[in-house]
Amino acid sequence: MTASGLAPLADEFSQEYWDAAAEDRLLIQRCPGCGQYQFYPRRHCTGCFAPDPVWHPASGRGRVHTYTVVRQTPNAEFAADCPYVLAIIELDEGPRLTARIVGASRAEVRCDAPVTVVFSPAKDGVTLPNFALVGT
Amino acid sequence: MTANWSGQVAIVGAYESPRRVAAGLHPFAIHAECARGALTDAGLELADVDGLATAASFPAEGAREMAVAEIAEYLGIHPRWIDGTDIGGAAPLSHAGHAVAAIAAGLADVVLVTYAAGGRSWPHGAADYLTYAHGPGQWELPYGPSTVATYALAARRHMHDYGTTAEDLAAIAVQCRANAAANPDARYRTPITVEDVLASPLVADPLHRLDCCVVTDSGGAFVLTSARRAERLSGKPVHVIGFGEALGQVSMSQMWPFTATAAAASGARAFESAGLRPADIDCAQLYDSFTITVLLALEDLGFCAKGEGGTFASAGELAPGGALPINTDGGGLSSNHPGRRGALAIIEAVRQLRGTSPGVRLDDPHTALVHGMGGSLSTSSTLILGV
Repeated sequence: MTASGLAPLADEFSQEYWDAAAEDRLLIQRCPGCGQYQFYPRRHCTGCFAPDPVWHPASGRGRVHTYTVVRQTPNAEFAADCPYVLAIIELDEGPRLTARIVGASRAEVRCDAPVTVVFSPAKDGVTLPNFALVGT
Repeated sequence: MTANWSGQVAIVGAYESPRRVAAGLHPFAIHAECARGALTDAGLELADVDGLATAASFPAEGAREMAVAEIAEYLGIHPRWIDGTDIGGAAPLSHAGHAVAAIAAGLADVVLVTYAAGGRSWPHGAADYLTYAHGPGQWELPYGPSTVATYALAARRHMHDYGTTAEDLAAIAVQCRANAAANPDARYRTPITVEDVLASPLVADPLHRLDCCVVTDSGGAFVLTSARRAERLSGKPVHVIGFGEALGQVSMSQMWPFTATAAAASGARAFESAGLRPADIDCAQLYDSFTITVLLALEDLGFCAKGEGGTFASAGELAPGGALPINTDGGGLSSNHPGRRGALAIIEAVRQLRGTSPGVRLDDPHTALVHGMGGSLSTSSTLILGV
């Protein structure tokens, strides 16, 4: 199951995010100056441009902003995964992230459906945060 | 207020390669073929060209990051003004807009914009990621995005928010195919129905195969010069009267809101510089990588209200007799899409305003809007042309 895919290429800054994911923890960022939450992680706040927002444990709860069932792809790394549900999740904290909807009930996905984070083994031993529909 | 450069520069030559499948032909050869065609159409020679704009860094385009230098070398020219703006399918529109500024400023006299790709045949099996799997891409690529999937995400949310239907999207593909019927070079000319679109396989739902553009080996080129110089040429000049460009997002997690694009900004800039409103536009060539690309542009450019694009399309307003005839050669959905449709959309607008479209010829149009959308609804560039 983990042979397909494309591993994230972590760097010194992002390693903490991927290390947390390996421990089933989802991190986002929060600016200590203006308080804005953000994702994807950067070394500055996109609200006030102050440097060094801090890592913040996310609730892991959110809603499906939108999704698609990918049935064909030109990208060979993911051909074996088809069909899969690619989604944009809006976290309760506000930021959005890209993930997959996984779990037995994924075919019932709808826009605005509540979801919770789950952690999936992926390429090269990496753990990817994904989401599952709540109540299933 | 109308921009001081509006109408000062004209497109004086345009040429679209009739090729659709050209296995084994390096894209640079198609660049040269198209450059020759556009210059011949303009009554100019390669030696007259002192400005060059192109983008050719996709795998199927044959160049790398030095694309404009590679193409200049291949053509055998040494331009004094260059532009290699590389923003996906919208790039040729930005090349045209930038060329207008350069010519108006005296930095170039004759600018050649060329585009070519072996999207179908050169090479096989290339991935379509927009970023690397490091930096921002490390939070998106591992989930398996593809170009069509990112547009499908936008289509799905539009359906949720506004009640847009698969039939509404299909109506756009049906109209483009109808327009292609008369075009002898179009990739596909046999009429299709809404039912045909819905019966074609889902690629990334809600987008079916027939919601997606054709993939071809082809190209196109056009030539710009000052309106004054254009008066001394034999062909009918098509004046650039408006232009605007804008950036959206590359990572889909950063698209906000999910049902609008940078076309709202590029379109507003284009209309302001032209001193025109959407109601002043006689016809449009709207980027049609996918049906949803057209629908979002209709709304964002102001041809209908946000959320009403589906109704606008289904009501037949995109037909030759409708409020806004579009993609009169069949567009990317049925005629030609080698990789960056923008160049070919400009060429069809020029042909339409000259009365030489190979597809549907409208009754004496005087204004045409051309819209480009690149990447994953990432980049927008809008031109307004007039005769």
